[in-house]
Order: sequence, then structure tokens, then C-alpha cells
Amino acid sequence: MPKILIPTPLRQFAGKKDAVEVGGATVGEALAALTTEHPDMKKNLFTDEGKLRSFVNVYVNDEDIRFLEKDKTAVAAGDTISIVPSIAGGK
Amino acid sequence: MATSLTNEEIGRYSRHLIMPEVGMEGQLKLKNARVLLIGTGGLGAPVAMYLAAAGVGKLGLVDFDTVDVSNLQRQIIHGTKDIGKKKVDSAEETMKDINPFIEIVKYEVPLTSANALEILKDYDIVADGTDNFPTRFLVNDACVLLGIPNVYASIFRFEGQATVFCKDDGPCYRCLYPEPPPPGLVPSCAEGGVLGILPGVVGLIQATEVIKLILGEGQPLQGRLMLYDALSMKFRELKIRRNPECQGKCTVVKELIDYQQFCGVPHQEAPLPAPVSSTDIAPQDVKQMIDAGANFTLVDVREPHEYQICKIDKAQLIPLGDLPKRLNELDKNADIVMHCKMGGRSAKACDLLRASGFTRVRNMTGGILAWADKVDPSLPKY
Repeated sequence: MPKILIPTPLRQFAGKKDAVEVGGATVGEALAALTTEHPDMKKNLFTDEGKLRSFVNVYVNDEDIRFLEKDKTAVAAGDTISIVPSIAGGK
Repeated sequence: MATSLTNEEIGRYSRHLIMPEVGMEGQLKLKNARVLLIGTGGLGAPVAMYLAAAGVGKLGLVDFDTVDVSNLQRQIIHGTKDIGKKKVDSAEETMKDINPFIEIVKYEVPLTSANALEILKDYDIVADGTDNFPTRFLVNDACVLLGIPNVYASIFRFEGQATVFCKDDGPCYRCLYPEPPPPGLVPSCAEGGVLGILPGVVGLIQATEVIKLILGEGQPLQGRLMLYDALSMKFRELKIRRNPECQGKCTVVKELIDYQQFCGVPHQEAPLPAPVSSTDIAPQDVKQMIDAGANFTLVDVREPHEYQICKIDKAQLIPLGDLPKRLNELDKNADIVMHCKMGGRSAKACDLLRASGFTRVRNMTGGILAWADKVDPSLPKY
């Protein structure tokens, strides 16, 4: 099962967990499994039309899925999916 | 252009001068370098202090804020004696004390589309340590247009991100994040909090990259996003690729735009006051009800760690997130007043209760901060 790393701002929507293991053979399926388990994550990750929000990037291991097969990118046991939202804090 | 160091400078920089990677040549590069720091807050503080100490010849500071007591938990360039002073003045004082041999240029203005190119054009490197999305995009776009590397870092609670944008053919901020989040979805440090030592670690990654760019040594943090998590004490690295449509030349940034509008931020300086409705109640009126022994329930919907900072004695704590599953603790026919820190969360709580059939629900305007202002000045404000 791939592991999804949850960033700090979104942990409140994932039962305060920093990582979850989910089923799924692609990134799309793994994220769907995540939002099924934690429904509050959905509106933070996806638009109403079901598109990944443009200030949230998803990586499989260290590669951005926009440069792989997007949500069809295959994942397997041992892969790490990172959700990385933009943060602006500096003060 | 300086071509030599004074004897005093040679003494000061001796630990640099004896390293082959810096040496006299590198120290002169530092002395001739011009670096602009956007923000002298959490990230800007350590960056400014270390770059001053390292002997970067010209350091520009952009900040129009004044030093507040709540800054001192992390902004170590400012001290207790500086509360109320302009941040650029307080920062300059500390930097001059560390190193009197550098030039400091102060810009006590907000960076805008109207002044950004004019200010940035005199610098070789920009270090972005601001705290909001409109300025992040503005700094990026100005760096793209001027061809200046942007050493970027941002922080949230106990996590940081850092990278180098706009260097040579490398990616820019818009390659990483094409659009900002809608307002309100990503909390700022003021709303979400930040571990005081976090900007120290992340700011010094920024300072390190600035020094490396000046010296031309090592591998810059370009095309790589460094993620730092203080709680797990882990650094991770992700790839940032340039937008494939921008090979050779950026196709996205053509000119500076209205960044407030781009980020969906309303134009007025202060947020509009929430509309007053018959379902609002002022803190003074809540106090009167308590004093008169009125029969009502006061519910505090903040988080337990906030309740520990200050509370109203009569209030019962039910954090907003727990409210849906704890509605059975409240009487649908009772008079209920909800409060939080500033009134926003309790307004949501009122809506939730009304949607669940509660009829006599009111929101205490301004939350416990207004209570501290108007009813009980002995309460601490946070």
C-alpha cells in the first residue's frame, strides 16, 4: 500500500495524522481512498469539479505528478505520495 | 567596485579568508554583492543578521511594519527595547552593531506593482521572506522580469519550504504553484501560529543559498524544493520543474499585475465589520445578563489550548470541530450565546445550531478579545 504524507495545514482534516496508508493502484485512486476515509479533506484538495486545486501539488516520491501521468500515475507498495500545499508565512 | 579589504575587514573576516572556497576573492564578491530582503520578520531577521555578519556589502530592507511584542518570540533582530519602532530602523541598528562595514538601504514602504521594479533593479539577489500570497507572486514576477534570482522560503507552524527561483533557466514560483489559494483557505502565521525557532532554521537555509549564489560555490537549491519538518526533524527534497511551455523564456509573466485582485483579496485596508444582526449580542450585554442572573448558556467554541490562555468563567467549552457530535449537551429551547476569539468561528457555530433546530442562539460580537477590551481588562489578549 502506498503511503500518503499529510502536510501540517491539512492534518486537522485527517484525524491529526501526519501519514496514512491507503489502497489504490494510481495516485487518483489513492487520493480517492484518502478522501473517502477523511471526507473533510475533499474540499481542501479538490475543486467542486473534482480537479486537484492549483495551489496543491502532489508528488510520487520526489517527482511532481504533473510531469508523470497526473492522477493516472501508478503507485505501488513502498511509494510515498506527498501532498504539498503552498504556504506563504514568513513573519 | 571594491578590489581590496581594509586591515580591519581582514581581521573581521579571517575565518572566511583562510578557507579556499571563500578566500580573498570570495570575500570581495560578498563585499560587492547587493541583496534585497523582502520582510524583516521571522525569516528576514536571521537572514539579515547573518548576511550582515558575513560581509555582504549592500543589504536592502523592505518592511513598513513596526515591532510588536508578539514578534519577539522569533524575530531575533528586534528586542524588547524596540517595541513600537519601525522594523527597518530596529533591524538596521542590530545589523550595524554586528557589522559597521556594510551599507544598509531602508525601504519603509509596502512593495507594490508600482514600486517593485524600481526597488529590485538595483540588486543582484532577492530573498523573499514575506507573509502573504500577493507579495509572493509580486516578488516572483518582478524577479522574472528583471532576471534576478529569488531565494525563497516560507513557514507554517513547524514546517518550512525553501528553494531558489528564477536563476538562469530554472523554474519560478509560478512553475511550482500557478495560482494562489482562495483567501481564507490557508491560514497565515498570525492565524495558524508558528514555532519561534522554525524561521531560524528555514531563514538560514535561505541565507546559505544567498551566500552560495554570491560565491558561485556548491550546488544551488535550484529545481529542488526543500521541505523541513521540525517535529519529525526531517528534511525532504522534491523536484521542481520549469513549466514546459516556458523553455528559454517565461510565457506566463508579461508585466506586473494587480496582485490583490489576483489573490482574491478585497481592496480595503481593514476587513469590513461583520454585519450586525438581531442575532448578535455585545459583550457588555452578555455581562449584564450574567450579573442579572439570567438563565442562559454561554458556549466557548475555541480550542482547549486557547481556553487555557483565558476564559470567561461562565462559559462551557465545546470546540467548533466537536460541536456537531456534542449538540445533545445543549438544550434546543434554551437561550444560548456563542463566543470564540474574535467572533468568526462562533458565527459558524450559530449557523450550525440554527440548522439543527435551535432557535434562541446569539453570537457574542468580537469574541473574547472584545470581552477583554470592554468588560474585563484583566484578561490577557493573544
